[in-house]
Amino acid sequence: MTPTDTTNPEHYHRVVDCQWACPAHTDVPEYIRLIAQGRHTDAYLLNRESNVFPGILGRVCDRPCEPACRRGRVEEKPVAICRLKRVAADLKGDLTGRVPRAPFERNGKRLACIGAGPASLTVANDLAPLGYEVVIFERLSTPGGLMRSNIPSFRLPASVIDDEIGLILDMGVELRLNSPVGSMRELLEKQGFDAVFVGSGAPKGKELDLPGRADTDRIHIGIDWLESVAFEHIDKIGERVLIIGVGNTAMDCCRTSLRLGAKNVKVMARKPRGFFKASDWELEDAEAENVEIVINRAPRRFVVEGGKLTGMIFEKMEYELKDGRITAERVVGEELVPCDDVILAIGQENAFPWIERDLGLEFDKWSVPKVDAGTFQSTRAEVFFGGDAAFGPKNIIWAVEQGHQAAISMHSYLQGRAVTERPATGVKLNSVKMGMHEWAYKNDYATLERRLVPHVSLKERFKKIDIEVELGFSPAQASQEAQRCLNCDVQTVFEAKLCIECDACIDVCPVDCLTITAGGEEAELRTRLRAPARVLTQPLYVSGALKQTGRVMVKDENLCVHCGLCAERCPTAAWDMQKSTIHWPHAGDGEPACRTQRQIA
Amino acid sequence: MSFMAKPKVAHPDLPKNSRGLTRRDYEGANSTLCAGCGHDSITAAIVEACWANAVEPRTLVKLSGIGCSSKTTAYFVSGSHGFNSVHGRMPSVATGANAANRKLSYIGISGDGDTLSIGLGQFIHAIRRNLNMVYIIENNGVYGLTKGQFSASADIGTTAKKGEVNNQAPIDPVQLALTLGASFVARSFSGDKAQLVPLIQAAMHHDGFALIDVLSPCVTFNDHEGSTRSYEYSREHYEEAVHADFVAPAANITVQYGEGESVPVTMHDGSRIILRKVDSGYDPTDRGAALARIRERLRAQEYLTGLLHISTNQPEFHQLNATPDMPLNQIPYATLNPGSAVLAKILARYR
Repeated sequence: MTPTDTTNPEHYHRVVDCQWACPAHTDVPEYIRLIAQGRHTDAYLLNRESNVFPGILGRVCDRPCEPACRRGRVEEKPVAICRLKRVAADLKGDLTGRVPRAPFERNGKRLACIGAGPASLTVANDLAPLGYEVVIFERLSTPGGLMRSNIPSFRLPASVIDDEIGLILDMGVELRLNSPVGSMRELLEKQGFDAVFVGSGAPKGKELDLPGRADTDRIHIGIDWLESVAFEHIDKIGERVLIIGVGNTAMDCCRTSLRLGAKNVKVMARKPRGFFKASDWELEDAEAENVEIVINRAPRRFVVEGGKLTGMIFEKMEYELKDGRITAERVVGEELVPCDDVILAIGQENAFPWIERDLGLEFDKWSVPKVDAGTFQSTRAEVFFGGDAAFGPKNIIWAVEQGHQAAISMHSYLQGRAVTERPATGVKLNSVKMGMHEWAYKNDYATLERRLVPHVSLKERFKKIDIEVELGFSPAQASQEAQRCLNCDVQTVFEAKLCIECDACIDVCPVDCLTITAGGEEAELRTRLRAPARVLTQPLYVSGALKQTGRVMVKDENLCVHCGLCAERCPTAAWDMQKSTIHWPHAGDGEPACRTQRQIA
Repeated sequence: MSFMAKPKVAHPDLPKNSRGLTRRDYEGANSTLCAGCGHDSITAAIVEACWANAVEPRTLVKLSGIGCSSKTTAYFVSGSHGFNSVHGRMPSVATGANAANRKLSYIGISGDGDTLSIGLGQFIHAIRRNLNMVYIIENNGVYGLTKGQFSASADIGTTAKKGEVNNQAPIDPVQLALTLGASFVARSFSGDKAQLVPLIQAAMHHDGFALIDVLSPCVTFNDHEGSTRSYEYSREHYEEAVHADFVAPAANITVQYGEGESVPVTMHDGSRIILRKVDSGYDPTDRGAALARIRERLRAQEYLTGLLHISTNQPEFHQLNATPDMPLNQIPYATLNPGSAVLAKILARYR
């Protein structure tokens, strides 16, 4: 293997698994350290730089960081990253003077954002301080998109959404509520916008066209139904409710039903456990509220008697599984499940009936607009897409990152630069050595187990629809949980020419991730290490030839707990612990603009 | 040293030995030696060897005297017995312990000062008695604990950290042991675990005194230019004569060895050592020839390493003294202490 090129920012970025897994590349270890120090406001602002909505995401993020967390490989449970983010938001102090506020010197360019969801708001957040006049068009009477209309208030209180959107609107962004865009042509040709960002989401719930569908009004489309509940158009439901589908929307539907008077809620799943789309913790929360999840039931037809929905017929399925995959399936019977209401939560799609097809904006055969995956530019140069509107339903954090990327592109486009030229990522390394075995981070391994977030009791939580179920960590719980973070951003940095091959680092490494051995090809090298390096997605670090024997230092990054003992035991400081700061670009980086929040961390 | 204990967390896929233990289970307390000390590598090699031999921790006895080296018994197999004795007196304590309980496995750790200066008399008598133990000398050529004066193993011409040159001839424990008739004599280097670990494994299975002299650089006082015991100098001037691979009893030999290059030696317990001659002119079973070859290479400033001599047919301490098979603590009290009547009878013989 050729020596690892550590000047490539990707190398050290990948070591910080959480930050690598996060679509927006939030600097997780740094904000966790800030929380541990009680600097909640600083932690919040650091979060805000990349994910814009720490209070919202601290409650409802899909948390790609947590399955990636190294702690989950070393032990069983990852650090409660998402809940720590919420702590920073809950306990933050005054933000005055720390988030850019209007007025800004305007540059004369006007942008339209369609839909006031996370993607559009991120674009506004990034571009308003650079001098752009941003107008957001929103169909509904409040901003937030699905964060407002689809996520129930017992998971995400309206006040949290208002606060975080408020910060963006305070940047002088113009929000036009109750203003659905009926024609893209009109927007482009009559209203004089220099660029348009489409962040209108995936607002169309999928239909289940089975016999009986049209014979009753007690069958609801999940996301539409949630929206009606959110805007108080619906405030009750029948006693027996069936939810079709087991995604996160289904979990929101079943828990909302319980708060509107349902007594018996069943989630009907076509496949067995392990194939559910919902996140584990959302399933857990629903089952804790006594929602029954019925597996291996494929919907067949609705039973409507005398114009009244009385039940639904399902086929009982049997599956053959091999290595966690379904190899065969068969129907073994039928079952009638009585019910009063059915909610369909089987997916959603984006839809653009308001975009004329002769604008030079191309669509594919599924009526999905052609959007460049790197620049988010459509085939019409001044129109950009992001969030669910671009590539179908994903999570909020994806919408945010796509908003950031689209903002970079729009800024380049409007400044006359090529959108394909992306600003460079980077990594900055600073030694954290403070003295003999003293480091600017706490390197001792904390053996604490993951803290559990307290919940409102089952008796209390159903009294009103907007009682937030999760209470969030207390400051004490948060500082304990923060200790579990392994500080993966404090990197082990190796200088081959200083190494005297004394083996001290190898002997002291608690997780046997270091080896000095003869060089070789990666696949073969992996078999010669002190401990098996079977996780191929975790890279090896390979040094250049060592001075005395010409062998190489190999580090399997997979399980390193960043305890720094290799550096403490190294007599020649060939190993050093250095904090990496990953630079993930945003629009206007390096320009003398008013982005004061960039300088805080 | 470091101030923080090695975290208990371990690699989940660490292999387990026949006792279901991992390498980590054979560790001891946190080392307080200098960062980069060769002794810590030897400790790691002992941990590895004890794990590979599936030693039951409570059957192991660790003994040492005084010095940096002698601190290291605290750093491995914390579930075993230990005795940290007076300077240079470890062999006496080992003899006493071994005499009392022959069923335990004894490993003595000493340094060049503890063995070749203050403890030289003790050392050579332990060899003479062919005491059944592993005796490891962590040989760094200086008195590290008293800030780096030359020890009795310092080579002629080597320099101290401040530049003084040593003019006195060294005592070579390997040659000494060979001339005294030692039955297992090896030399190794702390920076070569591939060689050292199987040597320790083999030594633990040898019936009798097994000496391993390990060149172990003192990173603080003897790792400079001009030193003949630095990491760099040692790497350039050690030459493997015979590589020993250890094969546990009842295990199959899986490695293929070329004809004529390898000599299997069967130990008393059925385990085997496969001696692979790296230097074809070297015969580890011929004491006289081995000694001559070691001397010749030393004159050329080369340390020959590996299992330099082995003989499996020399009676060890208990055989020489016809002691009972049973440890003394298991012999019934009445047998062990026949009473005043018998004592009176014995004394009567001398009247």
